[in-house]
Amino acid sequence: MKVVDIRGVSYGYGQNLVLKDVSLAVEKGDALALIGPNGAGKTTLVKLLLGLGRPVAGEIKLFGTAVEKFRDWSRVGYIPQKAIAFDKRFPVTVEEVVLAGRFGRLGLGRRPGKEDHRAVEEALAAVDMLPYKQNLLGRLSGGQQQRVFIARALAGRPQLLVLDEPVAGLDAPALEGFYALLARLNREQGLTIMIVSHDTGAVARWVNRVACLNQTLLYYGEPEQLLSGESLTALYGAPVRLVAHTGRL
Amino acid sequence: MLALFQYDFMLRALLAGLAVGCVCPAVGVFLVLRRYSFLAETLAHVSLAGLAIGLLLGILPFAATFFTALIAAVAVEILRARENLYNDALLALAMSGGLALAVVLFSYSQKLGVDAMGYLFGSILTLTPGDLWLITAVAALVLAAVAFLYKELYFISFDEECARVAGLPVHKINFVFIFLVAGTVSVAVRVVGALLVGALMVIPVLIALLLAGSFGQAFRYAVGTGVAVTLAGLIASYYLGTASGGTIVLLAVALFVLVLAGSRIKGLLQRR
Repeated sequence: MKVVDIRGVSYGYGQNLVLKDVSLAVEKGDALALIGPNGAGKTTLVKLLLGLGRPVAGEIKLFGTAVEKFRDWSRVGYIPQKAIAFDKRFPVTVEEVVLAGRFGRLGLGRRPGKEDHRAVEEALAAVDMLPYKQNLLGRLSGGQQQRVFIARALAGRPQLLVLDEPVAGLDAPALEGFYALLARLNREQGLTIMIVSHDTGAVARWVNRVACLNQTLLYYGEPEQLLSGESLTALYGAPVRLVAHTGRL
Repeated sequence: MLALFQYDFMLRALLAGLAVGCVCPAVGVFLVLRRYSFLAETLAHVSLAGLAIGLLLGILPFAATFFTALIAAVAVEILRARENLYNDALLALAMSGGLALAVVLFSYSQKLGVDAMGYLFGSILTLTPGDLWLITAVAALVLAAVAFLYKELYFISFDEECARVAGLPVHKINFVFIFLVAGTVSVAVRVVGALLVGALMVIPVLIALLLAGSFGQAFRYAVGTGVAVTLAGLIASYYLGTASGGTIVLLAVALFVLVLAGSRIKGLLQRR
């Protein structure tokens, strides 16, 4: 079953197209990494996918429904770019942040109930943040904050998790733990994941699909073939040598 | 102390103070956290122009104030979104434009024997029973709307993009919120005056932010502080013979300084 189906999508103004005729699909249970240089259109594609903009050509379907008509947003969890760059003075507890992940499901004016609080506890437990439930979000480390945002996305019990460059600001050990958590959610819970990343080598170790984007789609397939082929050179416009790292400097 | 309650005008003032002291910070919390505090100040100044128009044309001052504030808020929002201009500069434009219009119109209304001072600094002790009903009804409506949209307003204030992706009707809620701010400013002007409305919407929130350990606490503390300083300020102004609006705001500022000093001392002691 296609969770995401992007067909011939273009976006931009006049001649200045940020995306040109991009087509790709994400199957149920896939973990797809969307990679590419700065300005490649990765975030734009994610925003179009989330209904935050409309393509000038082509169509995008979520769970088989055109994104303009899609209403069941609780099936999609989203962690935006610079999620942890929020206003640290905002007085909000971990529990309050994660509870917001249920609001789309609840509907206007309805108060969260027992089921919602149970979902919050489950989501926090899944990211090992349950002991921090009553802590102020702004006082946690960057890695812990990122886990809280994942919990918020998980609290709505989504079937698709979309992450837009979620690792900015994380140090190497936090990064490693973060990727391990995503791999576990994908493997154990069957969660479909679409992650935008610059960290090609690290992401490619746990995803089963990679899409290379630089305005057009340059590669779409298994990560092993990408890393051994010449697509990376085409992607970045210069010879690329991959340096493996384990998250420890 | 009880002598205070034997006067009808004082009872009306206290009830109106309770309503305004409650509704101003309830709306103000979302303004402050969205870094929109200046909107309340701007709308309060713009509402003066509405008052002047109302007085000259014989329109109910509340209605004139409300619609002028609403038009200004919507215009600022549209200009910000469509013309890609700086928000704070647009608010400054609306504020100075509104104030200038008010000054010109009040110079006409003075010829009609109208005193602008009551609207600038509030005149809570001269409220009529009709004024009290209007203030209470509008405050109740605004509070009911805030209670209904509480979780949505919180989510939008914290992370508007994710609220949008979650399927919340963010544009519509933002529009309703502008109505709520305009309604709040319109009734609060009568109580604390146009020059001090912003203070009542912002200072209790700042005090709450110094003390709160969660968003829920921040909201409750802000409303509690707003009610406390308004009622205490009214009572103090009665005994001291001072202007009620100014006394309320001075009390709020004093409480802010006290809480700030307390939290600093607590921080220093914890570090030792």
